[in-house]
Amino acid sequence: MATEPIAGEFTSACVDSHGSAIGMPQLCAEWIPNQVFWLVITLVVIFFVLSRIALPRIASVLAERQGTITNDIAAAEELKRQAADAEAAYDKALADARAEAQAIGQQTRDEIKAQLDEATREADAQIAEKTAESEAAIAEIRASALANVEIVAKDTAEAIVAVLGGTADQAAISTAVDNRMKG
Amino acid sequence: MATEATHGAEMAGHGAENAAETGGLVFHPMDQFIVKPLFGDGAVGMFTITNVTLWMLIAILAIVALMVLGTSRRAVIPSRSQSVAELAYGFIYKMVEDVTGKDGLVYFPYIMTLFMFIVIANFLGLIPMSFTTTSHFAVTVVLALCVFIGVTVLGFVKNGASFLSLFWVSSAPLALRPVLAIIEIISYFVRPVSHSIRLAGNVMAGHAVLKVFAGFAAVAAISPLTIVAITAIYGLEVLVAFIQAYVFTILTCVYLKDALHPHH
Repeated sequence: MATEPIAGEFTSACVDSHGSAIGMPQLCAEWIPNQVFWLVITLVVIFFVLSRIALPRIASVLAERQGTITNDIAAAEELKRQAADAEAAYDKALADARAEAQAIGQQTRDEIKAQLDEATREADAQIAEKTAESEAAIAEIRASALANVEIVAKDTAEAIVAVLGGTADQAAISTAVDNRMKG
Repeated sequence: MATEATHGAEMAGHGAENAAETGGLVFHPMDQFIVKPLFGDGAVGMFTITNVTLWMLIAILAIVALMVLGTSRRAVIPSRSQSVAELAYGFIYKMVEDVTGKDGLVYFPYIMTLFMFIVIANFLGLIPMSFTTTSHFAVTVVLALCVFIGVTVLGFVKNGASFLSLFWVSSAPLALRPVLAIIEIISYFVRPVSHSIRLAGNVMAGHAVLKVFAGFAAVAAISPLTIVAITAIYGLEVLVAFIQAYVFTILTCVYLKDALHPHH
């Protein structure tokens, strides 16, 4: 690209007096040794720079990164496993707690039921006792009432017999009253 | 590129006879490939410091900057330059591994040297006013001959005389094998020619076309169109710069594979 005309005497067979190329510069034989020489030097320098410094360094960086990634993935899997374990433990604890709550509830219900049954039974017993007492009292009252009626009836019968002018035969009256009351 | 228009005009005034012939349009598309001394106007000898020296030195510096300075921090999380260097490393490493197999990885530094030099020289050549070292057959022929001679010697060292089975296609019918052997031998010796001319030819043609369009930019009526065309071709050349380096490298790998495993 640098094509400014070269002034003065020009000493190349491949360049004309204005500094322009004659034919293809690629085919100019007198430039070839120069290019080959500098190319070989360049390639040797690049080869040593790459093979001694750059490539081992990049290889080590890549290996280090690969190692880091592998470690991180392993650590992540370990953490994931721990998280899964923790979740399982949590689920198990939850299930246990639920079962325990159910058991406690059941037990409480059973206790309450037992207490209730006990209380009911006691109450029934008391009621039965009261009923029996009451019935006894009623029977007594009834019995005493009957006895009173008998006494009143005998007295009344005696009084009536006396009013009618008879002599009250105690035995006859009581027999008659008894018969009457049975009848 | 932009200075080419003024340069063309200047040349038109300077070279009166050229200008008279072409009516103001002066094309010197090949002048960009002239090798000339950096200091003085003497002849170009073998050890003369020329623009070739300058641009190869710049290529070395660019490679050092990218591959050594760019990776100097050895970061696990890479910086931009480090990831480009790692990308180049991984790209060529995988290519060598895929094409030649595990036993070809010994030669990875050599192939990396070729690739880095070609790709950096190609891209440096795309800088306006620069000199493109890879546009010269002298350069690419040396590169191709290094590969050709290296691979041939390696083939015989690794396989002995059985390296010649590369030319004896044992899967073909027996009658055809001598014919195929001749074809294979010819194609083997044509390798360095095509290998070198492909690279220099592509690079040279692209740069020359850019220059031709730049010459047209001197005409005001078509200069906008010319600039659009230059831009488009420049984009194409960026692509070519990489693809030709890639092609050169992968062909090197293929030839290396033939040397390591000559049996079809």
